[in-house]
Amino acid sequence: MQAVKIVVTGPFGAGKTQFIKTVSEIDVVATERRISAADERALKESTTVAMDFGRITIDDDLVLYLFGTPGQKRFDFMWEILSEGMLGFIVLVDSTRPETFREARRILETFRAYAPTPYVVAANKQDLPDAWDVEDLRIALRLPDNVKLVPCVATDKESVKKVLLELLYSILEWIESGEAHRLPKEIERTGASSSDDGKQSAE
Amino acid sequence: MALKGNLRNFSLVQLLHLIHLARKDGRLVIEGPRETAELYFQDGKLVYAGFLSKPVDLLDVLHQQKKLDRVKYQALKKRMSKMDDKALGLLLVNSGYFKPTDILAALKRHYADIVRHLFSWVNGQFEFQKNIPPPRERIPVRLSLENLIIEGTRQLREWESLQAEIPDLDMALKFVDQPRTDVKQLKLNVEEWRFLSYVNPRNSLRKIARVLNLSELEVRRIAYALIQAGLVELVRPEDYRPKRVIRHAFANRSKEESIGLVQKLIARIRRS
Repeated sequence: MQAVKIVVTGPFGAGKTQFIKTVSEIDVVATERRISAADERALKESTTVAMDFGRITIDDDLVLYLFGTPGQKRFDFMWEILSEGMLGFIVLVDSTRPETFREARRILETFRAYAPTPYVVAANKQDLPDAWDVEDLRIALRLPDNVKLVPCVATDKESVKKVLLELLYSILEWIESGEAHRLPKEIERTGASSSDDGKQSAE
Repeated sequence: MALKGNLRNFSLVQLLHLIHLARKDGRLVIEGPRETAELYFQDGKLVYAGFLSKPVDLLDVLHQQKKLDRVKYQALKKRMSKMDDKALGLLLVNSGYFKPTDILAALKRHYADIVRHLFSWVNGQFEFQKNIPPPRERIPVRLSLENLIIEGTRQLREWESLQAEIPDLDMALKFVDQPRTDVKQLKLNVEEWRFLSYVNPRNSLRKIARVLNLSELEVRRIAYALIQAGLVELVRPEDYRPKRVIRHAFANRSKEESIGLVQKLIARIRRS
């Protein structure tokens, strides 16, 4: 039996556990603990401290696992462990909470720094009246136009499926382009575009 | 024991707060990115602030603050170049050019500007040497630190916020393909233009700061302004090497095998 995984990350309270629950065929193995900080508890009662774990059986030989990272900053050390060997990752953002956008950017940058895999950003809670427009979110999150930003409602299975599919399409393009099988040295450079347009070099 | 440390761990605002509360006398020396500053305090008040490489010159201060026109400034500069500030100040007062309060006000403003500039230094060794009086040739002022501490605190908040926006100076900037702003309408200052000439994915912000002699706060402030203006975006520099790149799922699979695997996943999720 082969197992592959996709990592679902994002700031505290973005809806990662719900996202996985919605699409997983098993009850999500959640490592939630009651929140101690009063301001965070105002948002939700418990939070993921190690990971969430969902499963989608593909066929007799293949299973897809969805791993949700802990949202609180102090569990950052788990990210790298969870990301090892992943297909790609999804950054989930709560579209109604601009105070978390900066944290979402930080998470995105951290993952991009060590994970050469494709990713998509999912703008969660798009069904709520105070959700930011996706295009406004793109600006706030400083996402380049080539990064997929998918509207999402984590409680809705079709919406979650759409996010997963968009990620898988990106992964497929990445493999077909040959980038996935280049040497790691070349892969590391994909984040920065080359420029020989005559601008000065600082050194 | 001398009060020593690095601004990274104990900010200038905290230092001023301490000097103010403990009503300290002495000399504070700070080694900044380009120059070394010295500040003297008496009874917890600032009496002098300047840079070792360019001590305060009373005539320059009065001219910069438009208290002396260019002709008078040049004439006085020629005739009194060898005179120290104290003697010069006395002469200017006695000859009716200025009232003592005018001179003191100009110096206070100048010293306060220097301290404001120093708030942008977020890294640098400092040492407070107790009971060292200001140089005799300087005109001592008595500038209360409260307002400067408040201003510095505001700037500190700005620093914290900029650091959160641009946490990593090893990042680089690149021009956006389609600026969201009308470039012709942008009004940039000289420093921002100089900065722009180095914008290139090859140059990390740290490199640009080093070349342009900018402090970490200054480089972040300019970069943030240009990002907010929609002119540039943050990217990893071309020569960036992460400490560790994680292995992805296709590292040990052939291209065909990888494509087959992803297609299976797509088909299954579409069906579910």
